[in-house]
Amino acid sequence: MSLPITDGLLVVVKDDCETCHLVMPVLGELAAGEEPLVTVSQDRAGFPAGFDAIHDRQLDISWHLGTETTPTIYRIEGGEAVDQQVGWDRAGWERVTGVTGLGAGLPDQRPGCGSDTMLPDTYQRLLRRHSPYPMSSGRVELGTAEDPVEAAFARGWTDGLPVVPPTEERVARMLEGTDLPPGHVLCTLPPDLAECTVEKVAINAVMAGCRPEYLPVVLAAVEAAAGPRFNIHGVSATTYFSGPVLIVNGPVRGRIGMNSGVNVLGQGNRANLTIGRALNLVVRNVGGARPGGVDQATFGSPSKLSLCFPEDEEGSPWESLAIERGFSPEESTVTLFAAHGPIEVVDQKSRTPESLARTLALQLRVVAHPKLAGMSEAIVVVSPEHARLFRKAGWTKADLAQEIHSLLTLPASEMVAGAGGIAEGLPPWLADKRQEIPKFGPEGLWFVHAGGSAGGFSAIISGWVGGRAGSEMTTAAIDC
Amino acid sequence: MTTLLDPTSERTTGERSISARPADIAHGTVALLDISKPRGDVFLGRLEELLTEMGVAVRHYRKPTFSKPAPLDLRRQIAAECGAVIEALAD
Repeated sequence: MSLPITDGLLVVVKDDCETCHLVMPVLGELAAGEEPLVTVSQDRAGFPAGFDAIHDRQLDISWHLGTETTPTIYRIEGGEAVDQQVGWDRAGWERVTGVTGLGAGLPDQRPGCGSDTMLPDTYQRLLRRHSPYPMSSGRVELGTAEDPVEAAFARGWTDGLPVVPPTEERVARMLEGTDLPPGHVLCTLPPDLAECTVEKVAINAVMAGCRPEYLPVVLAAVEAAAGPRFNIHGVSATTYFSGPVLIVNGPVRGRIGMNSGVNVLGQGNRANLTIGRALNLVVRNVGGARPGGVDQATFGSPSKLSLCFPEDEEGSPWESLAIERGFSPEESTVTLFAAHGPIEVVDQKSRTPESLARTLALQLRVVAHPKLAGMSEAIVVVSPEHARLFRKAGWTKADLAQEIHSLLTLPASEMVAGAGGIAEGLPPWLADKRQEIPKFGPEGLWFVHAGGSAGGFSAIISGWVGGRAGSEMTTAAIDC
Repeated sequence: MTTLLDPTSERTTGERSISARPADIAHGTVALLDISKPRGDVFLGRLEELLTEMGVAVRHYRKPTFSKPAPLDLRRQIAAECGAVIEALAD
């Protein structure tokens, strides 16, 4: 749009603003001067009287100028604002207007009022109205008596919990969280192999309850999920328990207020809960993986709703998961792991790393089944109390992994089908070929530091079938 | 009136009729596809016995992993070599 003046001065005011009334004498002085002056009123036609003011009924002029405060005086050159002063500030107004001695008798300064463009509903309306990228998703018009939350349930869009209704205003606001245009195709999402655009992710992120600043994390997670390594088709279709577990590393954790401390795997933090939920809603609504359809899980698990948490890097004795996976501390990343859990580990008595490692190993043996090996991977979420013990003893992550791998290199004769009177187990021919079998492959065990500061516990997040035969842990950089 | 944006892929479901069933399987070859799950071989082994008794030729195939769709080449090979396929889900 073009401004109502090409060169000169423009003032945005509103009747419901004391400072705007205060500066009326100044407007009078400027109107009597040689330079063209246009007055724009946000809230009432005919205000201020005597200035032939333009009523910015739709607030398009204010939006175009980016007005956040009334009054604001602008210098316009060539149809664009080149200088401005918010509120009343004599020196500032004199700088913008080039006129000295303005507002004799007025105080030197007086803060202004909030622009009507900044009212929450109005802001969202304007955002949609002026979006350079029209959204292309189908519009679902609800009846006047229809409750939007119930409508989402009725249309099969939800994960069983209520969702935030994805209105155009909310989605437009969500899209402010990324520089990517809504039509940008992020990926082709299994199992339906449907094109997944930024707009579709934003809609589902709104429904999940995300804030716009979470969107880059969700976008990175969706891309990672869609890749062949993560195999979201298999993760969604399996009868097994798993869903996508998300672990966030890097500066974004603090910027969006994620919780890596008390109750880290539980409820209470909006970013933790809604980012994981948004990914699962995208997989459901865009990818087409719905329970009872492609999703045939015997039990499922909370990771199919949301299991997303950041690592407590600052308190960790070790390098972060992201660094282990080849990223720098300055990069923000999200790691996807097809998994479920947690399995609890209680050890309040160990005072040596050897003892604690034995506890962890015993508990890790039960992942999938004590007699199965080489199938699932696992992440051990090591609590601050447990981590302190390893720090004190100078154990690195590699030391701990090596100790556990050593403890979990198990006699083949115990692991094969039939051993111990249990039919489940590895194929019997394995016992003829090998004496010992490692429970986890060399890259099948990961350690992440998180949790509240009190409690001699750790948590095992056990995975689905790992590696190329199933789902490979996938880490993606977050563009933020 | 409230207007919501559709969160789904907005794809319409394509409808395809299933292939015509073979009139009989005695004169063709039946593919026995093991999806690589435990005990799939038990199920397919028993089917092979029954089919062989009926005079039906069988061929064995195996998916590399049960966790992913069968590779396209495998599907084409089965289609080229057999007139019917039995896939064992097992467990």
